[in-house]
Amino acid sequence: MDNRPSPEALLQRLREEEARAARGRLKIFFGASPGVGKTYAMLEEARAKRREGVDVIVGVVETHGRAETTALLDGFEVVPRKQIDYRGVALEEFDADAVITRRPTLVLVDELAHTNAPGSRHAKRWQDVEDLLAAGISVYTTLNVQHLESLNDIVAQITGVHVRETVPDSLLDEADEVELADLSADDLLKRMSEGKVYVPDQAARAIQEFFRKGNLIALRELALRQTAERVDAQMRGYMREHGIREIWSAADRILVCIGPNPLGARLIRAAKRMVGGLKCDWEVLFVEAPGLRISASDRAALVENLQLAQQLGAKTVTLSGLNAAEEVLAYARANNVTKIIVGKPTHPAWRDMLFGSMLDQLVRGSGDVDVYVMTGDVEPSVRARGPRVDRGAWAPVGHYVWSTLAVVFCAAINLAVFRFLTLTDVAMVFLLVVAVVGSRYERGPTIVASFLGIALFDFFFVPPRFTFAVSDVSYILTFGVMLVIALLISGLTLRIRAQAETARVRERRTAALYAMTRELAAVRGEAEIVTTASRHMRSTFGTPVQILVPSDDRRLEVPVGTPLAYPIDDKEQSVAAWVAERQHIAGAGTDTLPAAQGLYLPLVAATGLVGVLGVRPSDPKQFQDPVALQLLETFASQAALALERAMLADRAQREAVAVEAERLRTSLLSSLSHDMRTPLGAITGAVSSVLEDKGTLSEATRRDLLKTALEEAQRMNRLIANLLDMIRVESGALEVQKEWLPLEEPLGVALIRLEDRLREHPVSVQLPPELPAVPLDEVLIEQVFINLLENAIKYTPAGTPIDVSAVMQDGTVRVDVADRGPGLRPGDEGRIFDKFYRAPASSAASGVGLGLTICRGIVTAHGGRIWAENRPGGGAVFRFTLPASPPPGVGEAPA
Amino acid sequence: MAEVAPVVLLVEDEPQMRRFLRAALEGNGYRLIESTTARDGLAQAAGRNPDAILLDLGLPDGDGIEVARRIREWGTTPIVVISARGKEQDKIAALDAGADDYLTKPFGVGELLARLRVALRRATRSADGQATPVFTVGDLTVDLVARRVRLGDTEVHLTPTEYKLLTTLVRYAGRVVTHRQLLKEVWGPNAIEHTHYLRVYMTHLRHKVEHDATRPRYLLTEPGVGYRLQTE
Repeated sequence: MDNRPSPEALLQRLREEEARAARGRLKIFFGASPGVGKTYAMLEEARAKRREGVDVIVGVVETHGRAETTALLDGFEVVPRKQIDYRGVALEEFDADAVITRRPTLVLVDELAHTNAPGSRHAKRWQDVEDLLAAGISVYTTLNVQHLESLNDIVAQITGVHVRETVPDSLLDEADEVELADLSADDLLKRMSEGKVYVPDQAARAIQEFFRKGNLIALRELALRQTAERVDAQMRGYMREHGIREIWSAADRILVCIGPNPLGARLIRAAKRMVGGLKCDWEVLFVEAPGLRISASDRAALVENLQLAQQLGAKTVTLSGLNAAEEVLAYARANNVTKIIVGKPTHPAWRDMLFGSMLDQLVRGSGDVDVYVMTGDVEPSVRARGPRVDRGAWAPVGHYVWSTLAVVFCAAINLAVFRFLTLTDVAMVFLLVVAVVGSRYERGPTIVASFLGIALFDFFFVPPRFTFAVSDVSYILTFGVMLVIALLISGLTLRIRAQAETARVRERRTAALYAMTRELAAVRGEAEIVTTASRHMRSTFGTPVQILVPSDDRRLEVPVGTPLAYPIDDKEQSVAAWVAERQHIAGAGTDTLPAAQGLYLPLVAATGLVGVLGVRPSDPKQFQDPVALQLLETFASQAALALERAMLADRAQREAVAVEAERLRTSLLSSLSHDMRTPLGAITGAVSSVLEDKGTLSEATRRDLLKTALEEAQRMNRLIANLLDMIRVESGALEVQKEWLPLEEPLGVALIRLEDRLREHPVSVQLPPELPAVPLDEVLIEQVFINLLENAIKYTPAGTPIDVSAVMQDGTVRVDVADRGPGLRPGDEGRIFDKFYRAPASSAASGVGLGLTICRGIVTAHGGRIWAENRPGGGAVFRFTLPASPPPGVGEAPA
Repeated sequence: MAEVAPVVLLVEDEPQMRRFLRAALEGNGYRLIESTTARDGLAQAAGRNPDAILLDLGLPDGDGIEVARRIREWGTTPIVVISARGKEQDKIAALDAGADDYLTKPFGVGELLARLRVALRRATRSADGQATPVFTVGDLTVDLVARRVRLGDTEVHLTPTEYKLLTTLVRYAGRVVTHRQLLKEVWGPNAIEHTHYLRVYMTHLRHKVEHDATRPRYLLTEPGVGYRLQTE
């Protein structure tokens, strides 16, 4: 038997340890009721820690005026409370941010279950504590058993007091240490009578009720059991860490089905207790029947229940479908669910007989999945089997009119041809009309049509005719059959219509999602993806959508080049930042920072957070609907994937550029060392010859040597200037300061600068007089001319002419620098503008091969193009274009 | 040139540069005062009353541009900036701060001496309190009294703006005049952003007074900075 932990288990343990090391440690002082001495125990231990030299501060401690507790507080640094202005009333609240800024090792935060004042960042204090832990600060806190979410009901049943302030069980489960502050019921009552237990005046009676001896004993048992379970869990954890097999297979997966009513909460809590024993994943499922109207209060209860399930650590799922049992089973099979929990049915048995039982269907179809039926809920998902489609809605008046007319018309026809018909035929014709009405219109018009039909049939045709009296009782049966058939047909029609509606809604959502996914697959680049995703989500949800992406300094920003959907002020920004940090939904309509205008979802992909999605619904409740939220989350995850793709592509490109830059740097260095040393060698040689001359050099030779030194120094100067230009072009620091300028100016300067070196080459300049002034950077374009002319000087034999000309062509000015040299070798046209490229034939020519690259950088920065080709009749011609635009009117210049 | 050797204050912290300049200037009939810091340079400029100042920009205890600005607060001693900073903005900043001219390192002795001569001549002239009535360079003659411009024997006809542009350059002959300064003096202070006026008129002017407008001899462009009227 191999008892070693699997690699996955080891990895998991390692991850947990790592996460734990970065996080602060949480210790909970747990008690059965107020007054058992939790705060006291916490302060005692904090004092001990302080003596050990730990940096302990008091975040918030309620002494309730108890002298012994106050005495223990003495000497601690206490964080001042934050003032929160709520509708003009100044409220005091624990300041978690101040603690995070102060960064102590350990902070004491009393009463974990406390509800924060409205306007605080979080609704609950335990959320603040989570923040502290995430910031790496250890926390000591206190908690009473009745505040534990899963025990809430039981406590209410025992004590009759319903506690509103609850804390998710996960907090206790994940606490690094739990210490039970225990006191027997008798001792507690004694302390109470001595006035050592804090009792608020206004609630004195309720509190008295609460502190009955029986209650206290029951609560104490709960607290002890909870702690014992924890110890048990620790033991199991130990077993796991040390490779000891667990008894329970971890593969269990539990699915809880709830319906839209307040009793669902009890089912969830009951399931949690069961799950707690099994230590497995669990999910809470709600099947929404399309078209089924859920009252606002039921809807609110449902949202609350789903939130409760999430707090208790369940994953929540909402499905949409007509047949709840089928949907549940399909989901269970797809997700390897091993146990399904449903509530006991509460509706009368005849409904099951008539419409079939969902529970029955579930059990029969469950296969090897166990189905547990628990107390606490009405039948899950849908109360009646058939969906009740818009039953409360009134059919349009027109439908009533048309159905009435149809029946009257039918009666008239029947009257006209009555003598040829039997009474049964007439009944059939009426039945036909009612059936047609039932298949086309709602239930209301159908019922009207059947009653009207029966009345007319009775009055005009059933003997005695022209009275409502009926001679034969068997006609009553005819009437009954007509009515039932009409109702059945209309019921069937409505179901079919509802199914079509479901399909349509589903189709529309799928189509919207598909449309976005398809378009996202086609676009490239962050800005485009953000714009596309925002547009699709806006059209699907009808709310402004803003995607924020982290910038290089980790701040969330509206991506460059995308429109701003709604203003993101500092407040919204801070909500988004919180969402990014914790990768958890927050903002309007949630528990965290509900005062924000927008609702923010983290965009998380495989590599981690890629952005934050913000929506600003006009009604904050829009996304409290689990179906809408789930759809939004689906859209968000698609957008996240697309964004990640863009970011990875961007990163890959940047890395490729970095590799290329590295390669260039290497070749630049080797090239530089050669090109700098050559002139330096010549200078050193020439100058040292003159210095060490012992009168053997002629005056002419001396001058010649010194002239060489000067020329080489000038060459080095040019080389350095070229390198500096290159760096400017490369680093993107090339600032083009355009002004309208005749080309003559930069060309003139270049020609004068190169005067000495152009002595061997006659230069002809052909600038048509009508050539307009061109917006250009004087210094940079002069550099282009110098580089192109130098290039011509270098690569063409002495005495060959250089022709510079310019023409106006399609809104651009094209400049040609042409020579009569050997021309370009095939294939060189594209390469000569590359960095460090030198035509092989010209190894004698000086330079690093940067001149033309600089030209390309400058021309490109001007919005132009540069290229080279062979000149008809021999030689090469270098051409570049500059976009021309009409200069501001010179005529306005005051003369 | 005056009979007494002109005194030049050299503010430069590089010993190699000082050595080269000392040899070049003393060999050409100048007397030299040397200073290596901005603070000492200012003190020497005030205390020793030099005829011209050669000013490096990158000084160990401050920026040369600041030194130029401080000197201009009380004096008109010609300042020629010598600097390794070759960017146009640096040149413009130095000229705006009151420097008369700007030389980028490395430079040859010939060029340095020419610029120094121009600077000293301007100082002498403004000390005399009168401008030369007739300016001549090469074939070009500008008679400021008769308001006539001649190229060789030919009379050149200029528009009033062209003439004003030319005479402004004549007034600062040999020195770089920045675009801003030219616009301000020719078109007025509201026109200093409209460099294209200047460009267009300069092209017209060159076509009239230069033999080859693409290779100007008299009206030289200092790229990105301004224009200079050649004096020799």
